[in-house]
Amino acid sequence: MANYEIHEYDVLVVGAGGAGLRAAIEASAQGVSVALVCKSLLGKAHTVMAEGGIAAALSNVDQQDNWETHFCDTISGGKHLNNWRMAQLHAQESPERVRELERWGAVFDRTSDGQILQRAFGGHKWKRLCHVGDRTGLEMIRTLQDRGVHQGISVYMECTITRLLKDGEKIAGAFGYFRQDGRYVVFKAKAVVLATGGAGRSYPVTSNSWEYTGDGHALAYEAGADLIDMEFVQFHPTGMVWPPGVRGLLVTEGVRGEGGLLRNNAGERFMFRYLPESTRKDYAENEEESKRWVDAVLKGAKTEARRPPELSTRDNVARAIYLEVKEGKGTPHGGVFLDISYLNSERVKKKLPSMYQQFKDLADVDITKQPMEVGPTMHYMMGGVRVDADTAATRVPGLFAAGEVSGGMHGANRLGGNSLSDLIVFGRRAGAGAAEYAAGQEDRLQVSEDQINAAAEELEAPLTKKGGSSPYELQRSLQEIMGEHVGIFREDAVLAAGIAKLEEIKEELKTVSISGSKLYNPGWHLCRDLKNMIICSEAIARSALARTESRGAHSRLDYPDTDPEQAKFNIAISRLDGVMKLEKTPRPEMPADLKKLFEKKEQTNA
Amino acid sequence: MREAILKVFRGTPVEAGKFITYKVPVEEGMVVLDAIHYIQGYLDPELSVRWNCKAAKCGSCSAEVNGDPSLMCKTRMDQFAEGEEITIEPIKTFPLIKDLVTDVSFNYEVNKQIPPFCPADDATWIFKQEDIDRVQEFRKCIECFLCQDVCHVLRDHERKDAFWGPRFFVRSAGVEMHPLDCGNRIPLLEEQGGLGFCNITKCCTEVCPEEIHITDNAIIALKERVVDEYHDPLAALLRRVFKGK
Ligand SMILES: Cc1cc2nc3c(=O)[nH]c(=O)nc-3n(C[C@H](O)[C@H](O)[C@H](O)COP(=O)(O)OP(=O)(O)OC[C@H]3O[C@@H](n4cnc5c(N)ncnc54)[C@H](O)[C@@H]3O)c2cc1C
Ligand code: SF4
Ligand code: SF4
Ligand code: FES
Repeated sequence: MANYEIHEYDVLVVGAGGAGLRAAIEASAQGVSVALVCKSLLGKAHTVMAEGGIAAALSNVDQQDNWETHFCDTISGGKHLNNWRMAQLHAQESPERVRELERWGAVFDRTSDGQILQRAFGGHKWKRLCHVGDRTGLEMIRTLQDRGVHQGISVYMECTITRLLKDGEKIAGAFGYFRQDGRYVVFKAKAVVLATGGAGRSYPVTSNSWEYTGDGHALAYEAGADLIDMEFVQFHPTGMVWPPGVRGLLVTEGVRGEGGLLRNNAGERFMFRYLPESTRKDYAENEEESKRWVDAVLKGAKTEARRPPELSTRDNVARAIYLEVKEGKGTPHGGVFLDISYLNSERVKKKLPSMYQQFKDLADVDITKQPMEVGPTMHYMMGGVRVDADTAATRVPGLFAAGEVSGGMHGANRLGGNSLSDLIVFGRRAGAGAAEYAAGQEDRLQVSEDQINAAAEELEAPLTKKGGSSPYELQRSLQEIMGEHVGIFREDAVLAAGIAKLEEIKEELKTVSISGSKLYNPGWHLCRDLKNMIICSEAIARSALARTESRGAHSRLDYPDTDPEQAKFNIAISRLDGVMKLEKTPRPEMPADLKKLFEKKEQTNA
Repeated sequence: MREAILKVFRGTPVEAGKFITYKVPVEEGMVVLDAIHYIQGYLDPELSVRWNCKAAKCGSCSAEVNGDPSLMCKTRMDQFAEGEEITIEPIKTFPLIKDLVTDVSFNYEVNKQIPPFCPADDATWIFKQEDIDRVQEFRKCIECFLCQDVCHVLRDHERKDAFWGPRFFVRSAGVEMHPLDCGNRIPLLEEQGGLGFCNITKCCTEVCPEEIHITDNAIIALKERVVDEYHDPLAALLRRVFKGK
């Protein structure tokens, strides 16, 4: 029999990033009791690291902007695989959510007439990203945190959820442990909102922190929900490549939004060569036009010039950089050059202060004088738990999901800035959905001791074993497999071999062991995290093998073309009799009035 | 390959703490946090440490490196001499949990006491960049609590009962000086926050990784408001009347 403490709430929110905080605030505003749990301290979730901005069609800078254009950009960027309803709600509601942040105390950079300033970003037709220098996520998480503090939400920090508990088909709570002393805890709750973020730690080069072990994806999968679009993993084109310790660390797209140029070792602006035919008309034709656009940005003036090719979508820029390096046109440390040193140095320091510091402190590079060296880094999971757009409900009664852990919103490729807005639009909807569901549940839910004991035994296992694999070693092997077999470019046989290796790792996980006690023991924590990482990795690899085309972030060497037939389905992963099951499920059809938006005459670019 | 010698504090509140020496290979550009991760990954998986961003953005990895309160992810290994022993200890002002991890819950409790931002009902939400430059400086805080760690009122005099510490003066200044805020946190800062205990030694400012001018821009400005509040009520009133407009 396991020893554990019990807490009871109407709604349990797992994750305290932008999505989880916004969900908790909303649920609590609806009058239900709410608990919020997170693996790190409050305010340290990934959201704090977001840099470049939050996308919302406020049209403060480019008056032509509106939700319809934001919607079209999102769907085009997602290569038409997005859940149209999510993309619609997102584009319609993000302006109000941003204004709400401002009313709650967020202090965004201003235009000369005192409104929220917006900057250009890849794939966004107009200047749309509200920002605070290059620390937008910090502003957002602090604002939500301070708002939440005064709302009576109970916060449980450094607490890791390892299992969702059910009463029959319904969610009845969750089981976890406190990192500090390893004591077990059961949260009884009528509804659970997953807001656990992404899964980048399974890759060797990533911008993600230790927290990103795909916990929410795995918890949902094990509880009977389905995961969609798992083959779509975003490699951000610009991660640091040097020195080795910071490899993968993000260089915000804001650098390119402010005029940063990409060059190969021959000094060529290679992105002009990599624009897909379908979007070529949206970008500058040559360096002269691109320069006119940058000059206009600097002056805050309007221009007919189109934006530089560096602002193409992330999937495209990441592939271009990968190929340039592969063809021997890379920098000494295997990246390409990103250069903003031609701008006034005071402006660079003002608009990109943390990038300036990051390169100065960690790489001895002064970005106001020298170019940066950058290359692709695993950054974001487009795939995730399938949810209903309006309520964020999964197919498991009582289980909701929002933020990076959910799937569908971004389709095959996410546009920069569309995550922070996703968090607050769907965080709010998930909080409301969960509160309403919980209020409608009258009966007390029962949780069987069996579920709790099984959850505790699983955690005890590595402590009782001796001489098995080290969890850190296993993590390194997993990262190697994912980097080699399921990276930017994929191929049938390579993927299949990767899946076979994942099967071996799954076996090895059974023998993993750790010494020491349960007191703040990160090795012990990793033993359990690995299971989630492997579930996510397997889902990514199997989905990637099944999609026999190239679309967005999913590039197949053996199927280089996009196949219109394959836009008709999403790949869904779920668990059947303990094994991973894969289905192709029809993508919801976009209504005619939204389809029409794509036919509208294109306006000129400003 | 060059090797660094790290003396890392290990211990819990019940076991007596001790320093354990580890030898770690040094790569170019390596930071102290990389060395700690090397120890976890290859030498001792139990070593406890907090970190998230590895880019000086989250404020998780605070520790005392050779006695200097620092972010480990920002502290370069190449600043130490060949063969120099590098000592790594948890921050001292807060109770130890294990190894490099301390109980910083005091800070979260203080934060709850600060009344929230309260804009005027009829605010237009139009304001100039120059009116918020100062507030944005305060809002850069990543909550590393290094300033709390060095402040002698907390560290040496242990006045956690009566003193919020520099981090929360910065936080209060961030709301007080927002051009649209209509609240008044000045009496609270003086009476419960213990602003008066601060004798402007500026130690907090020196360690702030975000280079926030904690003392000059936040604390002294708040102290001036305290003086107005108690000794020049007219000035205090005028300031409030023109705020939120
Ligand atoms: C360096 C960087 C820069 C970025 N810049 C931008 C940008 O400029 N614009 C943009 O739109 N997007 C950006 N992104 C992406 C965006 O920041 C993330 O996608 C987003 O913040 C995710 O938010 P979230 O609320 O879903 O999850 P997170 O903020 O990651 O929060 C996840 C929470 O879940 C908790 N958790 C996880 N597992 C468990 C568990 N098992 N038990 C309990 N708690 C758990 C964690 O502790 C954490 O509190 C950036 C990402 C990175 C890494
Ligand atoms: S200036 Fe004040 S708050 Fe800062 S360290 Fe000195 S006494 Fe503490
Ligand atoms: S004010 Fe500076 S030193 Fe203090 S917690 Fe914030 S960032 Fe850290
Ligand atoms: S790990 Fe985030 S500040 Fe060091």
